[in-house]
This record gives sequence, C-alpha cells and structure tokens, in this order.
Amino acid sequence: MKKFKEKLSGLAFLVLALSSISVLLLITVFIVVQGASSIGREGLLNFVFGMKWAPSQDIYGIFPMIVGTLSVTLGAAIVGVPIGLCTSIFLAEFAPPFLRNIFRPAIQLLAAIPSVVYGFVGILFVVPFIRNFLGGPGLSILAASIVLGVMILPTVISICEVSLLSLPRQYKEGALALGLTRWQSILHVQLPAAKSGIVAAIILGIGRAVGETMAVIMVVGNATAMPESILDSVRTLTTNIGIEMGYAFGEHQEALFATGIILFVMIMIINGLAQSVVRRKSK
Amino acid sequence: MLKYSVALRRQGVGENKRVEAPGQKAKLKTESVDLFYGSYHALRDITMDIPACAITAIIGPSGCGKSSLLRLFNRANDLIPGARVEGQIYLDGEPIYGNATDVVLLRRRVGMVFQKPNLFPMSIYDNLAMGPRRHGIRRRAQLDEIAERSLRQVALWDELKDQLKKPGQELPVGQQQRLCIARALAIQPEVILMDESCSALDPASTMKVEELMEELAQQYTIMIVTHNMEQAVRVSDMAAFMMIDEDKVGRLVEYAPTVEMFSRPADKRTEDYITGRFG
Repeated sequence: MKKFKEKLSGLAFLVLALSSISVLLLITVFIVVQGASSIGREGLLNFVFGMKWAPSQDIYGIFPMIVGTLSVTLGAAIVGVPIGLCTSIFLAEFAPPFLRNIFRPAIQLLAAIPSVVYGFVGILFVVPFIRNFLGGPGLSILAASIVLGVMILPTVISICEVSLLSLPRQYKEGALALGLTRWQSILHVQLPAAKSGIVAAIILGIGRAVGETMAVIMVVGNATAMPESILDSVRTLTTNIGIEMGYAFGEHQEALFATGIILFVMIMIINGLAQSVVRRKSK
Repeated sequence: MLKYSVALRRQGVGENKRVEAPGQKAKLKTESVDLFYGSYHALRDITMDIPACAITAIIGPSGCGKSSLLRLFNRANDLIPGARVEGQIYLDGEPIYGNATDVVLLRRRVGMVFQKPNLFPMSIYDNLAMGPRRHGIRRRAQLDEIAERSLRQVALWDELKDQLKKPGQELPVGQQQRLCIARALAIQPEVILMDESCSALDPASTMKVEELMEELAQQYTIMIVTHNMEQAVRVSDMAAFMMIDEDKVGRLVEYAPTVEMFSRPADKRTEDYITGRFG
C-alpha cells in the first residue's frame, strides 16, 4: 500500500513537471505553425532583411525592427551594466551592513514594479527631457535605453553581487597579503575571478531587455522606419506584436507570429549563451 | 622528551650555518599587545622580540590564538570587523599600529602564506606577476625575471618553466603551496608569515617546504604557526608556546630558543604540552 502511494505521488509530480515543460513545447509549436506560412510566403531573407512594414499593402519586412531591438537592447546594456556592476561591487565589498539592508530590498522592489509604471515614468520625465534638451520627438531609442537600463538593474545587480560574494575569501586575503590595495584586489583579482558570473548577469539582463514590451511601447515611438540616430523613434520586435496583434487577421496576423519566431530565436540564443557561460563556470 | 632527541640532534647540526638566535637584532618586536574581537579578548599582554633571519615557531593547543598572533604582524586582522589592538608592534623599530602606518606598504614588507594554497584563478605567470605588476612593474622582461627568480627560490623553475601559461590551480596541492610561497617572494618581502602552511600537504611536500624554509631563513625573517611539534623542532630557531589562561584569553607562556625549550622547558605547562600530556 505504502509503495503504491509512493509511486502515485511520484507520478503526480512527474505530470505536474511535464505540464510546465509542455507549455513551452506548445508555445513553440503554436508560434512556428502560425508564423511559418508567412515566412514561407515572403521568403526568410525578404522577411528578415525587408526594409518596409506595410500590412495594408501586404508588405512585411522587419529589418528596421530588428535594428530597433538590437539598438535599444545595446543601449539598455550601456546604461544598466556599469551602474549595476558598480552597485554590486559597492554592496558586496564596501557597504556597511545597515546600508546593505536598505539597498537589497529596495533593489528587489525595483524588480516588482510593473513595467507599465516604468513606461509611465519614462513618458512623464525621460521623453520630455530628451525632447527639450537633445531634440527629436523624445520618443526614441535613447528613451527606451534609459528606461530599460533601469529595468535590468535588479537582474544585473543581484547576480553580480552573488557571484562576487560566492568567491572564496582566500582570494581577497591573498591579494591584500601581497600588498594590493582594496581597490586593486577588486579590480585585478576579485572581478576577474567572478568574470563568468558577471557575464551571465549581463546576458540575462540583455535577455530581459529584449523581451520587455509594455514599457518600450510607451517610450520608443513605434515608427517602422529605419532609425538614423539614437534620438529617432523605432519599433522593436516585441512592440510590433504588442501594438498590432489586437486587430490583425489573416496574413498580417501570420506575419506577427513570424516576428515572434525571430524574437524567440533571439531569446533562445541569448539564453543558450548564458547557460554555456554558467556551465563553464561550474566546471 | 626522548622522541625529540633525533630531531634535536639534527637541529644542532643545522645550527652553525645560522646566526645564534638570542641576543641578535630583533626584526619584529611586540610590546604588551592585547587583541580583541569585539568584546572577545583573544590575546593578552604578548611581548616578544623576533630575531632577524631566523625561524620563529608559534606552537600551542588549538584555539589559543596562534594564528591571531601571527596575523597581527601584517595586520591581516584588520579585515575582521570589530578587531582592536592595544599595545604596539615594531618592524625595524617603526610602529606598525599607528596613524602614520601605511598598511599596504607594511604588507609588501611582511608577506604571508596561508594554511591552504590560495592561488588566484589565473595562470602561474599571472599569479607570480600579480604583486610586482600592482606595485608598478610593467616591463615584460623584468616581470619574466621576477617570475624566474621566485620560482627558482622555491625550486619549481625546472618543473614549471614550460607551463607558465597553465592555470595555477591545476597543479598538485604541494606545488600550489610552493607557488604561493614564490608569489609571496616575488615582491621581495623582509618577513614571511606562514600560517600552518604545511597542514594541507603530504609528508613529501611538507619536507620540501621545510627545506625551503630553512634556506629562506638565511635571507628572510620567518614566522610559522604549526600544530606539528616535530616540525617546530626540525625547522625553528625560536619557539613560542601559547596557551589560553583561566579567562580563555590567549597568552604567551614561554618563549625561548627551540633547543632550549624542547630540552629544558622552563614552564610546567610547556613541558606537559610538548611531552604530549594534553593538546
């Protein structure tokens, strides 16, 4: 009887575990099935490198959006990574305990703020600031980079901090015993030793930036043209789907699913990179 | 006492090549030093002169503050929150616990080798060059020279000269520890502190490190902490026996030339400890 119960509970857990995996599988299949015909009709190269997105004329090229996604993501990394890395160094090495106890929950709270609120703050403060001081429409790559840069901070900070804190104490002791200053020890011994964790943090942060939709829709301007400067409006892959899916049907809808496939592939590549970095670390 | 007689004889033989321990110039001097970790009183009233170019061993039962004492000499205890030192320690007559002390400079003069090898996760060469580079040496040729010199000092040059790019942590533990000593030597310290540096090593590697210590003691002032009394007898010129007193505070019970302490201990507690009655 007891054995039967054990088996039953084991089976139950297996089913539950499978259900989460199968959702992933279903999503993949669903997107591919829905979007493949569009890519097939346009041709992969035409779709990916097409410069024009005009659903009313049944022209579907997403290259400006790929550029938009890449530039916004890169911008977010440029804004968020230095701040995040420095914050994590401060928390792991310099902050007195009482400050750390304020900073940690505050940073976790940053992750809990809904993205629409980030977008709202972006529209209210970041966009007018850029419009008034730098020119252009304000709704721009730069605005999205700043907003996203802040949004990836919790990811970057917490993973960097963990990888710094998990270093053996002996590295720092050894470095100081060689007559290195505290800062030299961090720069030349501790950071290189924590390198793979830091790289993983950056990649995961980038993954979050690529996937973010709501806040980006609100500040990026959503123009489908190719951007010429960081003050131009662009559209990203996610915002393309987010904006148009509500009313699209037929070929237009399939093209949006095809956009999803490209996005999916990008995220998979990023996650694969992060995994391989983390795995190399544990080896 | 009998079991030390062989070792003592060896000690007697090796003695001639070195200066007599007592009466010579003191490299380090502690003056009624007390150490506290927060409210915990770890060491009380330690006063001792450590002779230059000799090996001084600190022995005693576990938890008596041997490592804490050793770590006072390069201010490694500074890293521990709440650590406080009273009294003074002098290096070549200069106080090292003062407002004017440059701790970074002090640590360049007083190197340290730890219990377990603590190579950085980088190549053998980069480990050796870490100290010199940070102290401003940039020229490749000069760094190469330093790497070779320090590896020769620990007799690893022939074994490692063709694999300097290899990660240091892939070496066997015994070689890693000798490499740690080489890394400490690369910045040309005056004093080397060794905190149970053989305890993680097998007997063969231990012997190599001990031979190394004796050789280094001709140029450097060496202090070691050891649990292994045979080791203290084999390598050291001076021995400091520590124990906790009735208040659980670490104290220096007896400090004398090693030969003297192990043949005629002045204190009953020292005698009990070295004859193996406790500890």
